[in-house]
Amino acid sequence: MGDPRVRPPGAPPGGGAASPAPWLEAILAAAPGQVERLEPCYGIESLRVAPTALLAVADSIREAGFTMCLDVGGVDYLPRQPRFEVVYHFLALQGDGRPEQPRRLQLRVPVPEEAPEVPSIAHLWPSANWAEREVYDLFGIRFTGHPDLRRILMPDDWEGHPLRKDYPLRGPRDRAAATLPQGEQFDFLQARRPQPLAHARGGWRPDPGAGGSEAEGRDGHDGAGA
Amino acid sequence: MEVTNEPFLVTRLDQFARWAQKSSLWPLTFGLACCAIEMMNMVSPRYDAARFGAEVFRASPRQADLLIVSGRLSHKMVPVIRQIYAQMPEPKWVVAMGACASSGGIFDNYAIVQGVDQVIPVDVYVPGCPPTPDAVLHAVLRLQEEIVQGDPQAGVIRRHG
Ligand code: SF4
Repeated sequence: MGDPRVRPPGAPPGGGAASPAPWLEAILAAAPGQVERLEPCYGIESLRVAPTALLAVADSIREAGFTMCLDVGGVDYLPRQPRFEVVYHFLALQGDGRPEQPRRLQLRVPVPEEAPEVPSIAHLWPSANWAEREVYDLFGIRFTGHPDLRRILMPDDWEGHPLRKDYPLRGPRDRAAATLPQGEQFDFLQARRPQPLAHARGGWRPDPGAGGSEAEGRDGHDGAGA
Repeated sequence: MEVTNEPFLVTRLDQFARWAQKSSLWPLTFGLACCAIEMMNMVSPRYDAARFGAEVFRASPRQADLLIVSGRLSHKMVPVIRQIYAQMPEPKWVVAMGACASSGGIFDNYAIVQGVDQVIPVDVYVPGCPPTPDAVLHAVLRLQEEIVQGDPQAGVIRRHG
C-alpha cells in the first residue's frame, strides 16, 4: 500500500519495516555492534559499517545473494568528523525469489581523515577493482589489500586528490596564484614539463622525448638542412 | 594560376602544390568530447564536406593532414595529442573546434588544458559550444584560403637541403 519510498507518518525510521528481513538479519549478525541499520533510502536498505567490520559484513552480503557490486563511491563531508564516507551499492538479481524484483543494498563506511583506509572488497566483487581505484584517485582513500591501487582517471604523476572539498578548483594553477606576483600567470603545462612551451605559429619546437625525428615542428626541416 | 588561349595552364610549382593541398584535406578521426558529434555531422550528406574535398576522415594520423581538436583536452590527454600531432606527416594543420579547444571553455578547472594552442600550434579557431557543422565547414574554407595564400609559416612547401 502506498509508495514504499515515503515513510508513513509516525512510522519508525526504517521505512516502517520495523523488523529486518531474514536476509538482512544475517548481515546484521555478521558483526554485531559494528553494523548500524539506517533509514532506507528510496526503498533501499542502508547500513553503516565500521571499516574494521567491512570484510566480515561483505562476506555475509555476498552469501546473501548480492552478486553484483554496482558502484563504490566516496563522499567528503568536510568539516564533519569522520570526514569521509565510502558508499557501496549491491544488487541481488534473485530478489526474494522473484527475479523481476531485484534486491538492493547500500553500505556506508565512515572513514577518518587521519587514516583514510578501508579494506578492499575487490576479491569478492571484481567490479569493485576499478571503482576503488577511482575513489582512491579522487579522494585519496586507500583500499588495503587492493591488487593494483593506482590512479585511474588523473595522470599518474598528479599531486592531490581533486574531489576533496579542500582541493582548489583550478588545481595547481590556483595554488601557484597565491605565490606568484600579481598579474603573472602560472603556466601549468610549463610546470609539468622541463622544456619551454609550444606556442602557436613559429615558436613551436618538438619535444625531444616525444618521438624522435618524426616529432618535427612546423619549421623543423627548414633549419635542419641549411 | 593563369588560363591562356593555349591548351595548357601556366602556374608556379608552389601555387600548384598549394592548390592540390587545399583541395584534398584529410582530417583525422579524433573526437574528444561533445563537439565531435557536430564534427561527424560535417561529413554527413546534409553538410557534405566532400564538396570541398575534406570528407575523408582517416583513422591513422600518418594518413591525415588536418587535426580537428573537437572538444576539451584533459591534461592526461596532452602526451597523446602531442604524439598524434607529431605522427602526422607535413604539411599539417590544426583546427581548434569549440570553446573548450580554443580556451578551455566552461571548464576552468584542474583537469582541462585552457586551450590546445598551449600544446600544439593552431591555425583556425572555431567559436561555439558546440559550433554548428557549418561553422566547422567555414573553418575548413578559411584554412583553404590560408593554404592557397601560402602563409610562409604554414609549411606548405618544404625545401630540403
Ligand atoms: S565547446 Fe561545448 S560542445 Fe564543445 S567540447 Fe566544449 S562543452 Fe562540449
